[in-house]
Amino acid sequence: MTSRIAKKRGEWINRDKPLTFQYEGQTVQGYEGDTISSALWAAGINVLGRSFKYHRARGVLSFANHDVNAMMTDGVDTNIRADVWPVADGMDIKAVNTIGGVLKDKNKYIDYLSPFLPVGFYYKTFYKPKSLFPFWEDKIRKAAGLGEVNFNYPRIIKPKKFAHCDVLIIGAGLSGLSAAVKAAEQGLDVIVVDENKQAGGSLTYDYAGEQTTADTLTSLLGKVESNPNIRLITDAYAGGFYGDKLVPLVGKDGITKVWAKSVIVASGAFEQPPVFRYNDLPGVMLGSAAQRLIHRYAVKPFNKGVVVTANDYGYRTALDLASVGVDVVAVIDMRRNGAPRDLSQKVRDKGIAVHISSCIYEVIPTSDKLGVKAVSVCPYDDISAGADSGHTVRLSCDGVAMSAGWAPAAALLYQAGTKMRYDYSVEQFVPDELPEGVFAAGKVNGVFDSKARQLDGQRAAAEAAAFLGKTVDVVTVPKVEMAPPSHPYPIVEHPKGKNFVDFDEDIQVKDFINAAKEGFDNIELMKRFTTVGMGPSQGKHSNMNAIRILARVRQLPVEKIGTTTARPFFHPTPIGHLGGRGFHPHRYTAMHEWHVDNGGVMMDAGMWMRPAYYQYRGRTMSAMEAVQEEALAVRQQAGMIDGSTLGKIEVFGADATEFLERFYTGKFSKQKIGESRIALLLDEAGVMVDDGLAVRVDDEKFYVSTNSSNAATVYREMQRNVQLWGLQVTLVNLTGAMAAMTLAGPKSREILSTLTKADISEASLPDGNMIQAEIAGVDAKVMRVSFVSDLAFEIHVPYKAGLHVWKQIMAAGESHGIRPFGTDVQRLLRLEMGHHLISHDTDGLTNPYEAHSEALLKMDKPFFIGQRSLKIIAKKTLNKKLVNFVLEKDFTGDMPNECNLVIEDGNIKGRVTSIAYSKYLNRVIGFAFVAPEQGSTGSTFSIRTDSGAMVKATVVKAPFFHLLDNDGE
Amino acid sequence: MPLGLLKYGLSSEHPAPRFFRDCTEPKKSYDAVIIGGGGHGLAAAYYLAKDYGITNVAVLEKGYIGGGNTGRNTTIVRSNYLTPEGVNFYDASVKIYEDLSEELDLNLFYSTRGHFTLAHTESAMRTMRWRAEVNKHVGVESYVVGPEEISKACPQLDISCSGQAPILGALYHAPGSVARHDAVAWGYAKEADRMGVEIFQMTEVTGIDTKGGKVVGVNTSKGYISTNRVLSAVAGFTPRITEMVDLQTPIVIHPLQACVSEPMKPWLDTILVSGSLHVYVSQSSRGELVMGSSLDPYEFHSTRSSLDFVEGLTTHITDMFPFLSNVKVVRQWGGMADITPDFAPIMGKTPLEGFYLDAGWGTWGFKATPISGKTMAETIAKDMAPDLIKSFRLSRFEDYELTGEKGAASVGH
Ligand SMILES: Cc1cc2nc3c(=O)[nH]c(=O)nc-3n(C[C@H](O)[C@H](O)[C@H](O)COP(=O)(O)OP(=O)(O)OC[C@H]3O[C@@H](n4cnc5c(N)ncnc54)[C@H](O)[C@@H]3O)c2cc1C
Repeated sequence: MTSRIAKKRGEWINRDKPLTFQYEGQTVQGYEGDTISSALWAAGINVLGRSFKYHRARGVLSFANHDVNAMMTDGVDTNIRADVWPVADGMDIKAVNTIGGVLKDKNKYIDYLSPFLPVGFYYKTFYKPKSLFPFWEDKIRKAAGLGEVNFNYPRIIKPKKFAHCDVLIIGAGLSGLSAAVKAAEQGLDVIVVDENKQAGGSLTYDYAGEQTTADTLTSLLGKVESNPNIRLITDAYAGGFYGDKLVPLVGKDGITKVWAKSVIVASGAFEQPPVFRYNDLPGVMLGSAAQRLIHRYAVKPFNKGVVVTANDYGYRTALDLASVGVDVVAVIDMRRNGAPRDLSQKVRDKGIAVHISSCIYEVIPTSDKLGVKAVSVCPYDDISAGADSGHTVRLSCDGVAMSAGWAPAAALLYQAGTKMRYDYSVEQFVPDELPEGVFAAGKVNGVFDSKARQLDGQRAAAEAAAFLGKTVDVVTVPKVEMAPPSHPYPIVEHPKGKNFVDFDEDIQVKDFINAAKEGFDNIELMKRFTTVGMGPSQGKHSNMNAIRILARVRQLPVEKIGTTTARPFFHPTPIGHLGGRGFHPHRYTAMHEWHVDNGGVMMDAGMWMRPAYYQYRGRTMSAMEAVQEEALAVRQQAGMIDGSTLGKIEVFGADATEFLERFYTGKFSKQKIGESRIALLLDEAGVMVDDGLAVRVDDEKFYVSTNSSNAATVYREMQRNVQLWGLQVTLVNLTGAMAAMTLAGPKSREILSTLTKADISEASLPDGNMIQAEIAGVDAKVMRVSFVSDLAFEIHVPYKAGLHVWKQIMAAGESHGIRPFGTDVQRLLRLEMGHHLISHDTDGLTNPYEAHSEALLKMDKPFFIGQRSLKIIAKKTLNKKLVNFVLEKDFTGDMPNECNLVIEDGNIKGRVTSIAYSKYLNRVIGFAFVAPEQGSTGSTFSIRTDSGAMVKATVVKAPFFHLLDNDGE
Repeated sequence: MPLGLLKYGLSSEHPAPRFFRDCTEPKKSYDAVIIGGGGHGLAAAYYLAKDYGITNVAVLEKGYIGGGNTGRNTTIVRSNYLTPEGVNFYDASVKIYEDLSEELDLNLFYSTRGHFTLAHTESAMRTMRWRAEVNKHVGVESYVVGPEEISKACPQLDISCSGQAPILGALYHAPGSVARHDAVAWGYAKEADRMGVEIFQMTEVTGIDTKGGKVVGVNTSKGYISTNRVLSAVAGFTPRITEMVDLQTPIVIHPLQACVSEPMKPWLDTILVSGSLHVYVSQSSRGELVMGSSLDPYEFHSTRSSLDFVEGLTTHITDMFPFLSNVKVVRQWGGMADITPDFAPIMGKTPLEGFYLDAGWGTWGFKATPISGKTMAETIAKDMAPDLIKSFRLSRFEDYELTGEKGAASVGH
């Protein structure tokens, strides 16, 4: 049984390309160009899915990408929208959200329970006793949801495209295309986008049988295609309207982000279903859906049907239906005046009865409840919205087309910030105040007449051109007298309900009435309580009726009810499209490959990759062994670490000294060239942020280093403060441009001497000093530092020379037993030296007084960041203190971990911030926050380990090396 | 079928009575006026009536109740904070939540799912351990778990995060829950109303009237109301209210956004949070994935959505769950988060007599709705803040006694 009809002019299917697919185990034929729904409908298959809540059988509603009851899965993808998704040869699909198939769905019993599942029912039950809620919740969760996710679905990466234009036109219907042509004629660069596979909007289904329509469309498309100023993008929707007129166009293969100088929204209107009992049965569809079936897919919507209407569209739908051989039993017009005489006469001439002031009281379902058997029609008073159910007439039929009105597709206008008003002449919300550079045209603007829509498009284009500085003549759109295309209250109450307003969420008229009576009587609360418009179609066919019902209940005019906020996305948008490519930048130092080749165990350090330690020269060791070995090498011979990740910033200019004085806590004014000073940075609240070194390079120039993890933050803060203070300072971030390495250990000077002619003796280059020297033939900054060892050299060279210098030093150190060492080793070494690490040993509230850094605070300076706070803090008693501690000699118990708490009398006094076993010292050493009274050398405190054991620790002086020559403390 | 539904279905008396009256004209004076009909304001009204018998109270809401951050949040409730003060406070809230459906006679869909804060770096692992230690100390069930345990709870999670940020472990928090946000507001409104509190929607406070350092009344879009006690519980609008009384707070407003997917059959049973990837996600009882990220990096007083937000979020979601590529985002939205420097709230009295502040709820205030209502009610009734909220006092900023919740609150909600 096929309902495919003879070829229609302009049809979207390609009859030369037949194809076959499986639906619910049944083989179905279709054509290229069919959507899943059109192919199924052509094959006489009308049950396309089950509803979200009651699991009612559903068919076609809109054919406009909001038939969310007809969602499919092919086992790979889920929630595929059958009304718009193209069929493909060999596809094997079934409806989502059923148990045991769409016809037999085991959950259909829920429909019979619906009297017990009124609006908001779940708020009123399942919670007493609370112990049973998890049981009910599990049931509810399983019943809800739509498709099942396929956990094996591949990650899809869709790079984004970018576009710019003078005018972006959303919607390629009559008004949008007219606007495009007009705008392009003004020399503007135009993009027109339409979500349909083909441009033309309603011209492709309404009046589509007429020659003039075809001619209009052909001529407009011809102009569009031949104009180089116009880019027409079909099969993509405008997903949202964001700041700066950013509109993402979502296509099948990704998103194009369009930044437009102006935007014309010509997105048309969504047809709205009138509401009557069983308006959701398969076979009951919107008039525009019936027209789409006929004209785009050449499918006869049903064999014998009625049209229920409240505008002229219904009459045209009736004529279309009759023209393809549907036995149209009647046009049921809810209006008291009916259609203009010539139109209704045309319909009558086809032998179709026209009943005015009538409505469908209910649809009579077939015995299996899967289709339409008849409709029951009764008189209807469109002012009181009263149906006279005492006088019903039954008309047998197998289908119903509904054309009762429209709602503007205004989501993007709302997102742009448009104020809307209700216009009684069209019974629709229309734009009242549009934001700058945003225009509306066509049905979304309340303009329905064909001629007027063309003019309205041109008018919007002229206004956009004027906005963009062109001189254009104003286009005026004469008001066309016509009956409103929308009925103000196309809603028929029925004592037995099942008159659906929201098909996504199965919400009936009484649900709204009850919600209002329960106090949810403003539109936003009503939306939240009933969940109207919260489903995947976002209220495209339901919000307007919800507003009308609420207005009626509250006896207020519609405009007093207002609308709910429309948020992106216009249609649900795939996560993979939105995510696009995604960037995960990693930074490699100049020596990266060397580390990898030499067994470096690489770890993420912010964006950088750094070796934590090495499985040096192919040996396999535990991390612990490797760390201790590398540390011992540094203590006994020499070691080298790649320090290229350090922040390196050049600060120069007339005010460079003044800048550092304000930025850091220390004094820099008397600092000599070649000397370094500790650069401690605080925030306004006096919290420690970073510590680095600032070396004076010349009178007006410093070379400043920062901790690796703070390189970006410090540079940003410097930039910000240079601006704020208006100082003559230039900043150059050399972090990536310079490689750096630290050569440490008793043999380090000896090793380095073999590679340089410079004098690096203790006398010429004492700790804290820097020289410019040639190392292995490369011009380098060489600095004496003491973070990991008393004798250490930090060598900075240009990135490109990094690897060379590193290799030369390693080679020169070979005979001295040099080892490369990683970040885990550095942590241990600096701990042995008694140096805390900011943000490892300190936290977001630690001030310098708590971390024994008072000596770095030059409180007598006129200003530095955080000084004001410190002055206040200095007067307060400390409540915690960072100390160095050791565990007992030969400690064997339960080893404490970092972050274990310091406990005294059952109260938290602090925590361990660093702890490690040092093979060199043969002791467990660490840092901890303790109460100030526990903070003096020799005091003891207790650490609670993971297992709850209490471990005694003793406060000692730093560095820890005194532990070597002294057995007690 | 539970009895309640059966009765409902069989009765002819649809519908149930109004949840709350339709109050339109405020009286001339009230014992207390609460600005803001979000969860916090309504809860405070409820506890004022219930715990202290103060029922001559007006709640003034410029829009509709629950329409602020209460109705926009991603409803994560947990107590695994970092400071003992924080843990104690949020734990008290969790305890109230657990029985709140029964207390308010409304199903709040309070659903205990377990909550994993994922750690992708060593330093994150340290913070997890720290939080676990403090939680354990206070008696809250949180502990550090390894990747195997995470996989057991959520087998679909790619532990390597597509190789971009391998998960090293997580802080597991057993009481972590989600709830139906609107219902919390409606439930408090319903019960407060039943005890006599009057709730005025579409009623905006436009000024606060003071005399001699004391509050004497408020100006509203529905006229003047005299009162000696005013509570401001307006979250993202706090600067608008505090500037009416020349009160300085360190609160800044940042947008915070979220989005939901299409409904799908249940598969994600736990709540997952990743600080490094700036993602948190749970699945609602309707089947939608509820997803959010960290604060937008700029100050901005608007609830407008941005594309950047969903782009970033979805990239990271697919790092964790590569198979979600073709699952669709239905809707995104934003709220205005009132952020404090230490990521702890500001609660209690202010230098202006009779003016009480409940603010600084940023990204984390939904979970605190019951306890903040209860403690603010006590503060108003006794004109003294209870010990539980002493460390959240406004003066802590001038006293340099901050509460340091940044590590636990910033992405975690
Ligand atoms: C996207 C997002 C996700 C979040 N996720 C979480 C989470 O997972 N967990 C969590 O615990 N918290 C979360 N939060 C934070 C949480 O939502 C808020 O902290 C909390 O809801 C604040 O509640 P409230 O009642 O104080 O404020 P709101 O709910 O914002 O209520 C304040 C009310 O005051 C009204 N108002 C303002 N000015 C006036 C005036 N002049 N006159 C009258 N009325 C006025 C407003 O209209 C508003 O309704 C999130 C927030 C956002 C935005």
